Amino acid sequence: MSGLEIALANLTSAPVLAFVLGILATVVKSDLRLPDAVYQTLSIYLLLGIGIKGGVALSNSSPAEVALPLLGALILGAVIPAVAFFALGFMTKLDAINRGALAAHYGSTSLVTFTAGVLFLESLQLYVEGYVSTLLAVLEIPGIIVGLALASRGLKRKVSWSESMREVLTGKSILLLVGGVLMGLTMGASGYSQIEGFFGALFPGVLTLFLLELGIVAGKRIRDIKKGGIGLVVFAVTFPLIAGSFGVLTGHLAGMSVGGSAALGIIAASASYIAAPAAVRLALPEASPGVYLSASLGITFPFNLTVGIPAMLAISQRMEGVF
Amino acid sequence: MIMKQRKLVTVVIEAGLARRLEGDLRAAGAKGFTSTLAHGAGPRDQRASEVDGGNVRVESVVSNEVLEVILEKLEKDYFPFYAISCWVSQVEVVRDERY
Repeated sequence: MSGLEIALANLTSAPVLAFVLGILATVVKSDLRLPDAVYQTLSIYLLLGIGIKGGVALSNSSPAEVALPLLGALILGAVIPAVAFFALGFMTKLDAINRGALAAHYGSTSLVTFTAGVLFLESLQLYVEGYVSTLLAVLEIPGIIVGLALASRGLKRKVSWSESMREVLTGKSILLLVGGVLMGLTMGASGYSQIEGFFGALFPGVLTLFLLELGIVAGKRIRDIKKGGIGLVVFAVTFPLIAGSFGVLTGHLAGMSVGGSAALGIIAASASYIAAPAAVRLALPEASPGVYLSASLGITFPFNLTVGIPAMLAISQRMEGVF
Repeated sequence: MIMKQRKLVTVVIEAGLARRLEGDLRAAGAKGFTSTLAHGAGPRDQRASEVDGGNVRVESVVSNEVLEVILEKLEKDYFPFYAISCWVSQVEVVRDERY
């Protein structure tokens, strides 16, 4: 498959089309929204499903196979937000607090970007190591910590670390992802076969519905983009490619497959818009949500969904054989 | 029946801050509160919780002294930063020892 065919296959996939429909709904000022309870249910389903599948796959992997990718993910978690913080210093006029807030978002991860990416890779019959969702859980937290720490250099007061960390650790993202991995590890393949119909076959459909709602939310954010200036827009589309390339490289160095390395690249390229905003809002009230949410949700998320995912696969295919 | 005067303080705040606010109400001396989900729009629209949760409306019936503490706390730690709306009304209660 050529790069163009891959890009086209991604753009015409059901989740991406639903996302575009959601954005269109905001353009025509439709009042379409998923009811809040449905949105919450779908997000719980996705988080738990990803966790369980990762855990089941982990139960079939040897510790030696997982150790290097895990170490690589931890290094990515520390390096990416630091690079984002300093890159923003060159590219924008934002103060340290807002740069730290953005670093927390870009250091952390987006479950939906990852899920759409993995479904896309699997639709191309590419093998993706099952334990990558464990890497997703690992990468979710350090970015937020590093981002907040960098931002705190611009503050004259102390950051309320305990409250923000409790929010991150007990928030549903980590609780369901890590809990799901533990459940999957415990139940193994035989236990999973009993719930596979619900968490396996229905999964792409639920993701499609979820992306419809995210399209609506992102569409509303796109209007705020001008607040951040052109430097922020450039950052929001170039940084995912840089961070994602680090991720793909790390995957290959750690001995992962082409699909697995692309998936790690997608995780590294993605920016958080659920866990990180919640933590940043509590710890850094001075930072502007108009800046960090517009960048992560309004620009980077649609960019990754349409361009970033196939780009990571293309980069991973290029790197194959080099290592 | 004898009714006593109390103040009802109503705060509408972005959902991500609700837990902190409820803790601060307790710390200020409020003996209880009621929280319900809410949605609406304000003049500034400065929120981070659009993706997750919307707003929460937190209500508490308190004495004048506790109200002062709550309003000072809001003025210092909430009003400058968050999507928040707050108003106070005069109410009458029976069983005044509960409030």
